[in-house]
Amino acid sequence: MSMKELGVVGRNVGQRDLESHARGQTTYYEDVHYPRMLHLKMHRSAEPHANIVKVDTRKAAASPGVVCVLTHEDLPGKKVWNGLAAVGVGPEDEPVLAFDKVRWRGEPIVAVIAETPEAARAGAAKVEVEYDPLPGVFDVEEAISGSAPALTAHWPHNHYIYPDDHAASQIRFGDVEKGFAEADHIVEDKYQTSPIEQAPMETNGCIAKPGGDGRITVHTNTQAVHFARDNTAAILGLAPGKLRFLGGTVGGGFGGKVDVAVEPISVLAAMRTGRPVKFKYTREEEMQVSSTRSAWRLYIKDGVMNDGRIVARKITSYQDSGAYLRFSSYGSMKHAGHMPGPYTMPNVWVDARVVFTNRPPSSAMRGFGVMAASFAIELQMDKVAKTIGMDPWQLRLLNAYRNGDMRAHRKVNEDAAMVETIQAAARLAGHELPAEYQAMTSWDRKAS
Amino acid sequence: MEDKLIRLTVNGRDEAVVIRPLATLQDVLRDTLELTAVKSGCGQGGCGSCSVLVDGELRLSCLTLAERAEGAEVTTLEGLNETNAIVPLQQAFVENYAAQCGYCTAGMVVAAKALLDRNPAPSRDEIVEGLSGNLCRCTGFAPIVRAVQQAAQALSDTGEEAS
Repeated sequence: MSMKELGVVGRNVGQRDLESHARGQTTYYEDVHYPRMLHLKMHRSAEPHANIVKVDTRKAAASPGVVCVLTHEDLPGKKVWNGLAAVGVGPEDEPVLAFDKVRWRGEPIVAVIAETPEAARAGAAKVEVEYDPLPGVFDVEEAISGSAPALTAHWPHNHYIYPDDHAASQIRFGDVEKGFAEADHIVEDKYQTSPIEQAPMETNGCIAKPGGDGRITVHTNTQAVHFARDNTAAILGLAPGKLRFLGGTVGGGFGGKVDVAVEPISVLAAMRTGRPVKFKYTREEEMQVSSTRSAWRLYIKDGVMNDGRIVARKITSYQDSGAYLRFSSYGSMKHAGHMPGPYTMPNVWVDARVVFTNRPPSSAMRGFGVMAASFAIELQMDKVAKTIGMDPWQLRLLNAYRNGDMRAHRKVNEDAAMVETIQAAARLAGHELPAEYQAMTSWDRKAS
Repeated sequence: MEDKLIRLTVNGRDEAVVIRPLATLQDVLRDTLELTAVKSGCGQGGCGSCSVLVDGELRLSCLTLAERAEGAEVTTLEGLNETNAIVPLQQAFVENYAAQCGYCTAGMVVAAKALLDRNPAPSRDEIVEGLSGNLCRCTGFAPIVRAVQQAAQALSDTGEEAS
């Protein structure tokens, strides 16, 4: 393809909705107005781990302005679900509304629907839940130690089990123990990331409106409109054709609007009341209840030669999934596939585990599974450089993957640009590289 | 407390609206008058997405009781759209790619207008200060600051007002 045919590369291309944004004419989900619209607020678990002894909704139902109260008993279809069940990932482990147990503080238990947001909030505060508190576990290694309480019957040891009974998403490439035995240095460390809230400017929300044709129209800010519709239909036991989802405009998502957190219960409320129902997360809910990026713990052990070649890398990582699975098994697969970073090593061993704790369920955020891997690997690269007294730029260039290299997950590397990217960064940073490092390319392992 | 009738001018139009007790200006603008460019990102004065002008001053409509706006002149982003032509400040946001999801944009443009109305030639630091109550999570703030700089330059070249 000649450069002439590249109509976009190297040019500024207009963003189609920019003028609409600048003029305030973009329609977000909550910019539609319906008469007689109701508002939904959730009564949430006050305990991180407890048996539910009793739920009493009588005072909530009698609260001024409250029209409808929904518990798990009102769910017509599934009580427990997982968003990826339809593509064979499971098991379904997360209650739509909690019934026998709560497993994280903030778990939804009772939905209260009222004439105004204030009346719904006041009604939700009047739901009475009697708990029998259970010991909680909040650390990934404690959770799988054998002495922690089991969160669900699905995983008696509090970690996800991949197909073929694997306790982790695994990479086995070469022989790391042999690599360690041959190495001049062993460099080991432990790395920990925090849960991070996507914090979109617009919180999660939707409006469900019953139509005269028996269909429910849902205005939603989901990042995955068909996924949200199909899961809502599956949870409620409806034909997907009964639901008309309108989405597409998202006030910031970053992975934080794929959990189908608001639509199913709003549709059920609209069906029950025959009126439009709006469920909008408050800012507090968005920050404390909506799923975050997972926190990850990684242990990395490298075998390194005096000349800087990393000959073996062993990684054990624990993704804190919180109380339920959501998409974490996929996140740890991506995480493992990213190892050992953009470097070529003859011996690689990875165990990437998904662990359940009594923390809020985590989910997708930009670079799902990859950010934690890159964070830990690049800190480790600096530590390796320091240990052997080598320039960290040169260490990375020496080990960077080249075209044709076999990756640890057994794909031949194509379109590598790591060497050139480091060289360009060094130029911009004013970092002098020796001639042989400046001459390196992604097409040749040796300096030319 | 009872419902109450208040009168105010919004984007040049005289309006009479019935408000519930403790209704905010944001409720009146978004829900009663359906001026939906006024966003509601937090409802607690933390994000700036609901920014409007009240008698020319930048205000957070989510923290302003509707009653306090009685008799006031209120301007929302829609107030800049009086003619079908985009105004220079809005055009500067477009040309600088100063929006991605667009949710913060209405508040940003209003805050920028408030700044340029009182200081037509702001320094970069003054622009940053002028937008410091408005959060964006997508584009980063650099293109937004550049947009305001470009708008200020365009205004000084033409001698026009911000909008």
